Amino acid sequence: MYRSAVYDEPLLKDLEEHTIEKYTPLWSLPKSLRRTKKISLPNLDETQVMRHFFHLSQMNYGIESGIYPLGSCTMKYNPKICEEISRWEQFALLHPYQDESTIQGALQIMYELEHMLGEITGMDSFTLQPAAGAQGEFTGLLLARAYHEYHRDFSRDEVILPDTSHGTNPASAAMTGYKVIEIPSTDEGTVNLEMLKKALSEKTACFMLTNPNTLGIFESDIVDIARMVHVAGALLYYDGANMNAIMGKARPGDMGFDIVHLNLHKTFSTPHGGGGPGSGPVGVKQSLERFLPVPRVVKRGNNYAFDYNYPDSIGKIKAGYGNFSSILKAYVYILLMGGNGLKETSEIAVLNANYMKKKLVDSGHYTLPGRALRKHEFVISCEDLLKKKGIRALDVAKRLLDYGLHPPTVYFPHLVKEALMIEPTESEAKKTLDFYIDTLLKIAQEEPEVVKNAPYNTVVRRIDEVGAAKNPILTWKTQESVKETITVS
Amino acid sequence: MQFIPNTPLKNGMLKELGEHDIEDLFSDIPRKIRIKNLDLPEGLTQLQTEERLRTLARKNKSFFEMPSFLGGGFKPHYIPAAVKAVISRSEFYTAYTPYQPETSQGFLQAIFEYQSMIAELTGMDVSNASLYDGATALGEAALMCTRINKRKKFVIPANISWEKKCVLRNYTKGAGITTKEIPYEKQTGKINLSSLKKTLDADTSGVYIENPNFFGVFEDEGEEISALLRKNQSLFVVGVDPLSLGIVKNPGEYRADIVIGEGKSLGNPLDFGGSTLGIFACKNEFVRQIPGRLIGMTKDSEGKRAFCMTLQTREQHIRREKATSNICTNEGLCMLAAATYLSWLGGKGLQTISTINFQRGQDLEKKITSIPGYHLKFSGTHFNEFVIQCNDVEKTHTSLLQQGIQGGLLLESEYPELKNCLLFGITELHSEEHIRRLLSLLKGVA
Repeated sequence: MYRSAVYDEPLLKDLEEHTIEKYTPLWSLPKSLRRTKKISLPNLDETQVMRHFFHLSQMNYGIESGIYPLGSCTMKYNPKICEEISRWEQFALLHPYQDESTIQGALQIMYELEHMLGEITGMDSFTLQPAAGAQGEFTGLLLARAYHEYHRDFSRDEVILPDTSHGTNPASAAMTGYKVIEIPSTDEGTVNLEMLKKALSEKTACFMLTNPNTLGIFESDIVDIARMVHVAGALLYYDGANMNAIMGKARPGDMGFDIVHLNLHKTFSTPHGGGGPGSGPVGVKQSLERFLPVPRVVKRGNNYAFDYNYPDSIGKIKAGYGNFSSILKAYVYILLMGGNGLKETSEIAVLNANYMKKKLVDSGHYTLPGRALRKHEFVISCEDLLKKKGIRALDVAKRLLDYGLHPPTVYFPHLVKEALMIEPTESEAKKTLDFYIDTLLKIAQEEPEVVKNAPYNTVVRRIDEVGAAKNPILTWKTQESVKETITVS
Repeated sequence: MQFIPNTPLKNGMLKELGEHDIEDLFSDIPRKIRIKNLDLPEGLTQLQTEERLRTLARKNKSFFEMPSFLGGGFKPHYIPAAVKAVISRSEFYTAYTPYQPETSQGFLQAIFEYQSMIAELTGMDVSNASLYDGATALGEAALMCTRINKRKKFVIPANISWEKKCVLRNYTKGAGITTKEIPYEKQTGKINLSSLKKTLDADTSGVYIENPNFFGVFEDEGEEISALLRKNQSLFVVGVDPLSLGIVKNPGEYRADIVIGEGKSLGNPLDFGGSTLGIFACKNEFVRQIPGRLIGMTKDSEGKRAFCMTLQTREQHIRREKATSNICTNEGLCMLAAATYLSWLGGKGLQTISTINFQRGQDLEKKITSIPGYHLKFSGTHFNEFVIQCNDVEKTHTSLLQQGIQGGLLLESEYPELKNCLLFGITELHSEEHIRRLLSLLKGVA
């Protein structure tokens, strides 16, 4: 069972012995530029720095600490070989502006990955430039706007999305300048076709959908949905956060989607890095290809090159060509898995999710809103626990920590009350799934007070997040100015 | 199958579900859109994969095989082994965004340390936990200016990179913000102040300057610009190279409101231009308008110090279309590398590395311009990049390449007025031998 180490680790600045040392300015700089004040960064020995960050690492849960079943996050194992290869100097020490003759390997990797992703999703062309899923969405919507403007259709200023969508979807739509129309889902948790029909009009630029959706339910009406969207003259956008469910089984391109973004840091196993870097490639059908960001990677004879000559392109959405280290790791991962391995990935991810779902729901402690068959993730509700024992989803999540397990995503999607959104991924062994299930069942039967005051076995107890937002302490400096002292032990 | 432990248990698990075939779990996908297989090759073994990647790697030339003197923002820097060791801890690099603070205290504290150090370096009150890169940070800064003062014109100088201008346009179009570009002084390479004065009006939300700018030249009139902007009630956004801040004034000293930058140089490898690290810091009064994640210090239920994500009502997972930005995944691990790097350097080390980069920039410029046929294009004080004009840029470039050196960045395609101009860059990583070879080759083609 995972246990966090417990250190009363001081802040870096408090590791330094105070010395009065003067700053000697660089006199050769003109006075208008010259720094005159000391830089208040602690001066430490490497020993101290390493011990500090080592201690911090031991107070952090990673994928090798245990199961990490955050729904819609696809926290799968990150193969070591991908990390190692990405550190080779011939990849890590490449300059983005080097002459093309000296980066043929990197270009080939990008070119081949674009085509692999095209095969996996059924899309015609890809860009690897977006730095993350949300930036992929933003890019995709910029493409949608460019498409409509190209066709001199300037009245489309709305993006429709279901109420189960990820928060980034409406945020990206708003950043692109679109009005957001949110439509309620059916009782089953799927797109309400009546509502969609009402919402679609000559003002609709795009309908954004995750399939399977965030409840883990496959939108079986997808072909009809695509037809409705296209009849209205709008485009259909695929949020690829849940692609881990359907590789080798079905492809967004065949379902009728026009624009797709993927999260290489989910489906294709590149590590999350505690929040990034990610990579959010965007694939499109041929009708949108001309708008893709530049440069495009092209093959001329036996050589690869960057091509900027796309006059209708939206230009750039990020410096460089994307997060190349993530691109490289995903490429290595796909080579390792092969087409059949990716199919197996989705099959077992779905099997694991349905296995957990069945055992949890059969127990009677947790309820399953919506259709029974799920894909790679499922959302159960703690509503009964709340009614009977006053235990909330958040309490269950915190109590899981005491058993050394990472909690699932909680309170999302919003239409499910007291939601636990569980995505085990294909990486977890049956024994781990069984332990997780048993622990969730055990928690449901524990004394309410015990659960409500969890966690106990973590480095800190339940955190005052309200206080944190009320009087934000965001830096060492603010911490020093706060009168009330906060102690580490 | 590797990385999928339950493959051998598939049938037993299916049985427990009351199903016979794995296909039953996909019965909700309509037949007509089902596929049988992906048209991709069979998976390789790890050994085969390494072999394949070695072949590809050999088609690239790394910095040490072919030294490059390219300017333009990205440059190779020395990365201490300690930094690599920290970001190789799998507790860090495989972790998710710290939504569960009790089991993520380590990363949260590291982000808090990063925010503190960036605030100190930039002279701002707060820093976020990173954006994607310096270019998108500019886009987000322009959006933030408009959120703060509701004005819709954002002013940039011509002496920033084409990439940034392009990214900025894409970020601001949706909000109806127009960007206005003002020229640089042909002599100094600095922003043209009189043009700036003329451009400022009641709709100017903010002004961006870059220090040093794309030509490597320092903008030394920060005070004057900030006075102008204050009078006009426009916001002042400054882009920095963090490695210069050990020796030059921080933007807080000339009263910037928002400071952004590309932080890749802080302990992150070139990686062919990505992963990157977007620095974003601002004054306290604007903290509720900041894009991206913020980590705060607070207490747990027993009064013990703790860290958590805070002011989350700005963010997309709570506020959806009303969020300050759509950003979710950021550049966490690059940020951790930067935090480790800065604490490894310390204040003194940062001053040293800034000084070395400055002096090497001056030395190389003097050595190149002492060769007949090479002239310094701009007279403004520069950091570790500078623009050189020569007689035949193509010839110079090609002949260097043939001899295994990547020279400066050709500027004419982006700046047609800069014919035969090369943007050189140098850091602490270039060896004396690299420099000697560059100079002798330049002499040869002069």
